[in-house]
Amino acid sequence: MRPSGTALTPRDRLLREPCLPPKICHLILTPLMRRNSVSPACVCGVEPRVWQPCAWSCRRGHAMTLSTITRSPDVLVVGGGNAALCAAISAREAGASVLLLERAPKPYRGGNSRHTRNFRCMHAGPLGQLTDAYGEDEYLNDLLQVTDGRTDETLARMVIRRSADCYPWMETHGVRFQPSLSGTLSLSRTNAFFLGGGKALVNAYYRTAERIGVEAAYDSEVKHLALADRISEVHATIDGQDVVLEPGAVVVASGGFEADIDWLARAWGEAARNFLIRGTPYNRGEVLRDLLDQGIESVGDPTQCHAVAIDGRAPRFDGGIVTRLDCVPFSVVVNKAGKRFYDEGEDVWPKRYAIWGRLVAAQPDQVGYAIIDAKSRELFMPSVFPPVEANTIDELARKLRLPEDVVRQTVDQFNAACVDGSFHPTELDGLGTTGLDPPKTNWARPITEPPFFGYELRPGVTFTYLGIKVDKTAQALGPDGPVENLWAAGEIMAGSILGQGYLAGFGMAIGAVFGRVAGESAAAHVR
Amino acid sequence: MFDDALSEVRRQAEICNACRYCEGYCSVFPAMFSKREFQDGDLTQFASLCHNCRGCYYACQYTEPHEFALNLPRALAELRHESWKAFAWPHGLAALFDRAGVAVAAGLTLAFAVLFWTASALRPESGEGFYAVMSHGLMVAIFAPAFVLPLFAVAISLLRYWRMTGGGTLRPRALWDACRAAGSMQDLSGGHGDGCNFEDEDRYSNARRHLHQATLYGFLLCFASTVSGTVLHYGFGLEAPYGPFSMPKLFGVPGGILLCAGTAGLAWLKAKADPELGMPRTWGGEMAFVLLLFAVSATGLALYAATGSFAVEWLLPVHLGTVLTFFLLTPYSKMVHGFYRLAALARNANRQP
Repeated sequence: MRPSGTALTPRDRLLREPCLPPKICHLILTPLMRRNSVSPACVCGVEPRVWQPCAWSCRRGHAMTLSTITRSPDVLVVGGGNAALCAAISAREAGASVLLLERAPKPYRGGNSRHTRNFRCMHAGPLGQLTDAYGEDEYLNDLLQVTDGRTDETLARMVIRRSADCYPWMETHGVRFQPSLSGTLSLSRTNAFFLGGGKALVNAYYRTAERIGVEAAYDSEVKHLALADRISEVHATIDGQDVVLEPGAVVVASGGFEADIDWLARAWGEAARNFLIRGTPYNRGEVLRDLLDQGIESVGDPTQCHAVAIDGRAPRFDGGIVTRLDCVPFSVVVNKAGKRFYDEGEDVWPKRYAIWGRLVAAQPDQVGYAIIDAKSRELFMPSVFPPVEANTIDELARKLRLPEDVVRQTVDQFNAACVDGSFHPTELDGLGTTGLDPPKTNWARPITEPPFFGYELRPGVTFTYLGIKVDKTAQALGPDGPVENLWAAGEIMAGSILGQGYLAGFGMAIGAVFGRVAGESAAAHVR
Repeated sequence: MFDDALSEVRRQAEICNACRYCEGYCSVFPAMFSKREFQDGDLTQFASLCHNCRGCYYACQYTEPHEFALNLPRALAELRHESWKAFAWPHGLAALFDRAGVAVAAGLTLAFAVLFWTASALRPESGEGFYAVMSHGLMVAIFAPAFVLPLFAVAISLLRYWRMTGGGTLRPRALWDACRAAGSMQDLSGGHGDGCNFEDEDRYSNARRHLHQATLYGFLLCFASTVSGTVLHYGFGLEAPYGPFSMPKLFGVPGGILLCAGTAGLAWLKAKADPELGMPRTWGGEMAFVLLLFAVSATGLALYAATGSFAVEWLLPVHLGTVLTFFLLTPYSKMVHGFYRLAALARNANRQP
């Protein structure tokens, strides 16, 4: 075993809760450390010149390079998103030296957390921006509904209970919250929204991590974790050079494999090659694959990914939140042949958001087209790309390159099946079609009022379910029980809790709770 | 009119409107998200409402190298600049916006020449303090038009702005709200009170907010000093020089110090901030303007400090030269942002019933 992490030094304590702005702290502390023959390496790891207070060399935007990183940190964190940062900060605060390796370059740091906007938070009464109360049982019940019971209840309850404590923890580590965004009123009680969204959260965590002395390196890819009964070596490429690290403990928080299209195609089928990836192109699952190949226990369905129906014109990767389309409940959706294939009005959109990814994925060429008329134009959030617009259904079909006759026939049949009744866009209004197959069971109003609008839909992959199995301390399980010095957090282990489906803001809750647990456990191990 | 700038802001605003993560940062986003489609007037309004706090840029997951290439602070700065040019009166002087550095330099040269010439050629036969260098009547003859004409030009520009943005009838309450928002600079607070992202990437800081407040209040105190001097002169027949506990000095000295400190600080922050999130091509002109304002306050304080000494003889024309340049360039330089900002805040408050 390498020398363990030490208890908090006065410098650590001062840096964690600076009595003065950090730069002034450094001015005072650097000469003190020199006198005590302590290495005056700055919080960002740069060795200042003799005459220089460390704060001067710690300029903004400074990134770790191969020459400055610690080769044998107490805790190595693999990944650079929410879970990784929570783990790195928690481990550092528990006194461990921490190196964090982020695969992406700095502008893309933060994995899929960049695209998030809130986390689901249990609370007994009004808490910060959260209204009312949201109890453990209600939270669990919401979760069980979307996962159809495919949930590890012990771990789920742990996430739920500890999510309450995450809100203040996040605030003290720089995250700021805002009232629920316009158009998301339904989440104002259950989900705490990050001011500025997930990238602002990621920025705040990197700032905090840097301030307390976590070393973070970008463009750093972990290739292999050498596993016997423990992780003895970690092979990585940093700054384009191969390097072998010997950490005391490892936290893997490197996400799923959704950006590896070949893997998706092997798991799901060739259709996956037409899927769009909503998040980071850097979640390629190398670390997951490497660990599973070495016998770490897997969890979650290896063939499944969470996919939603998004704007078909979205970029191949990284389209994020803006590519969502909320028009389906007010539309008829046809496939490439111009035919309908599912009940568009089955339930309110947030609850049916996810199944439409699968539905569209099952259609020819993995594409669908939602058609609305002028009546429904303002009933949903604006789309990032303007819809295709036409004055007749024929013209719209032509512009969408769909068979005109079939589309007209589909719309006519649908219109003929609509009945009179009262329409309520925000609730299940029961305004359904009669004698239509498949039916549309709510919000069925004839598509008659020009101009008509068309939106292309494609499956957008959010995350994958396959992960590594962990216990309550986030420790990874190998063939012979927990691996002595390996912990996991975030999407890479979320399959332990989320067997299928998805609940808004739950991924970030898992990341925050398990990130903190993993960081604390890993730090405790090396002490 | 300024179509390129408008279409770029429209492109970015449509992406923002589908995301909305930045809603809590400032006044621009709630105004933006209340629309589905953006008229030219809406976009122009967003541009002048933006305080360039940059919170939205650093929080944005769609900035370059992402293909959406969002840089809203910059797009709004470009549009702001172009719209000011389009609204400028007389229109021929709009070109000064693009040559602010040259304008400041030329203005100073000209103003110094005029004032030194008048100071030497039209030397009064009697007079106390700086009236010994230049008579009161002469100063009024130069500065009254130099003050009134630019304000008239600004008023015309603001009317054009108000019309284009569909401002409607201004409610007094909205004007009051706008003054409060400007006075507290709440749009530089980041929404959470930690301030904006300016001089050190994504680190929040209230430095810019506080320095800008010092500049604003310093400027207003200096203005109050001048007004009180005018009132004392014409209303009470009390002529300068005024004692240290007179109204003009009680306003002017703290005002000058605040203005000096504020502008020096803003120039320092501007030197550290990323020019790509504003308008790189007008950076120099904006900096020239901040330094001009610094020169106004510094020479003013120096003039007071030099009371009774021979230095007054050349400090007075220097100070008056900076003031004259400042006044004359107000409608065609960065200074006009204060008027547009207040108008935009009032327009924004007017929107809400």
